[in-house]
Amino acid sequence: MENERSFLEYLQSFSETRSPIDFILIYDNLGRFFDGALVTLQLTFLALLVGGLIAVPLAIARAYRKPVISPAIRIYTYVFCGTPLLVQVYLFYFGLGQFKAVQDSFLWDPILSSPWWCVIIAFTLNTAAYTTEFLRGAIEATPHGEVEAAKACGMSPFTRMRLVVLPNAFRRALPAYSNEVIFTLHGSVIASTVTLQDLLGVGRWLNGRYYLAYEGFLTAMVFYMAIVFLITFAFRLAEKRFLGHLRPRETPAPGAARVAA
Amino acid sequence: MDVIYEYRQILIEGTFVTISLAVLSLLLSIVLGLIGAFAQLSPRRGLRRAGNIYTVFVRSVPDLVLMMLIFFGGQTFVTQIGSLTGLWGYVEINQFVAGVLTLGFIFGAYMAETFRGAIMAIPRGQIEAAMAVGMTPSQIFRIVTWPQMVRFALPSFTNNWLVLVKSTALVSVIGLHDLVWNAFSAGRSTHQLFTFMVTVMVIYLIITAISDVLLRMVDRKYAAGVRKA
Repeated sequence: MENERSFLEYLQSFSETRSPIDFILIYDNLGRFFDGALVTLQLTFLALLVGGLIAVPLAIARAYRKPVISPAIRIYTYVFCGTPLLVQVYLFYFGLGQFKAVQDSFLWDPILSSPWWCVIIAFTLNTAAYTTEFLRGAIEATPHGEVEAAKACGMSPFTRMRLVVLPNAFRRALPAYSNEVIFTLHGSVIASTVTLQDLLGVGRWLNGRYYLAYEGFLTAMVFYMAIVFLITFAFRLAEKRFLGHLRPRETPAPGAARVAA
Repeated sequence: MDVIYEYRQILIEGTFVTISLAVLSLLLSIVLGLIGAFAQLSPRRGLRRAGNIYTVFVRSVPDLVLMMLIFFGGQTFVTQIGSLTGLWGYVEINQFVAGVLTLGFIFGAYMAETFRGAIMAIPRGQIEAAMAVGMTPSQIFRIVTWPQMVRFALPSFTNNWLVLVKSTALVSVIGLHDLVWNAFSAGRSTHQLFTFMVTVMVIYLIITAISDVLLRMVDRKYAAGVRKA
């Protein structure tokens, strides 16, 4: 009975003697990492949600080449897709304070002076820009016959958009969107550069507090990997559900067909 | 705008650091990408698995996390190895080297995917024909695979390059004096961060516009003889 040790004791002795990584310290601070994961997920999905809602009308305007609006949107997406997210976050968080008018405005105190809001604004505008462009591509790829059929059924332009064009465009955009979700998650680490305690922020805090080199970053890395695998899995399920008609059809073996019949 | 002119020297220096960082990481990522692509396509199962682990791992971890791990962790790791073996003492990894290694490592995985797709797009019969006329593996690569691979890989390669250029901004977080870092410190001392950040954005857009022109020239060279639909 005596040589039976609990897992925790084993971990402790392993950390103290052989391993270069202090697992006990990570175990003790696991709660903070979960808090950090919550902040990361909150930032990512809030930005994706609002950015996605902004992107839909913008993508429609781009796809149908509305004069004036479409080039203006193109300038917006070009700037936000062509510059680093870090600089965009700095622009909102540090840059806006340059103007006296912004500092005096009613928006300053609760919103524009807080890192959380600035990060959310920058992330949202960034993901909205990327989403607009690939959604535009998906809308433009609508087969003409589908639109003609919808017209022949007497659908109004709005109904056509709602029932025919958009649902199919969303389906076509789904694989690209899974990349966008992962890129937004990866981009969310930038929140830690403006003092937010997201996953990487907690990792940096842990390393700074105990003067460590690996533990905080490695733990954050494992958390990020877990989140990415969950997202990938969710999208695989979604693709099975919404893109099922595009999967290569399995032709049943002649024998199997007879059994089924 | 006068402030920008006043600080032009420091901005130009930063731009130079950013561009050289991006180009060196690109070279490293091309090498790693080729190794990764051929590992994934190799008939040996172990190599294929290693190539897959490399790309899946890199694409699931955010770049800044890897960069900090390599910069802070790598420094301790190398020093610890030195003290264990007694070969060297304290080693300081330079931010520039850490940046090139991290960005090259990360984009090597993306390049591997790009190159793998491009190699797979080359009809198998061409490789077989090359073998049949008695070409050596290196000849096959130089004369048959490479020129066509470049053509097929170019659109995705361009995309990777543009993402890489933007990712270089992250090295300012580990303290390398690149364009973003220099502009940030200049903006902070003059209390004109907005002006400086907008300038940085414009410089990045100029870099991407120039690389767009250059890559279009490469495309023209390697697409010689291809009929456009």
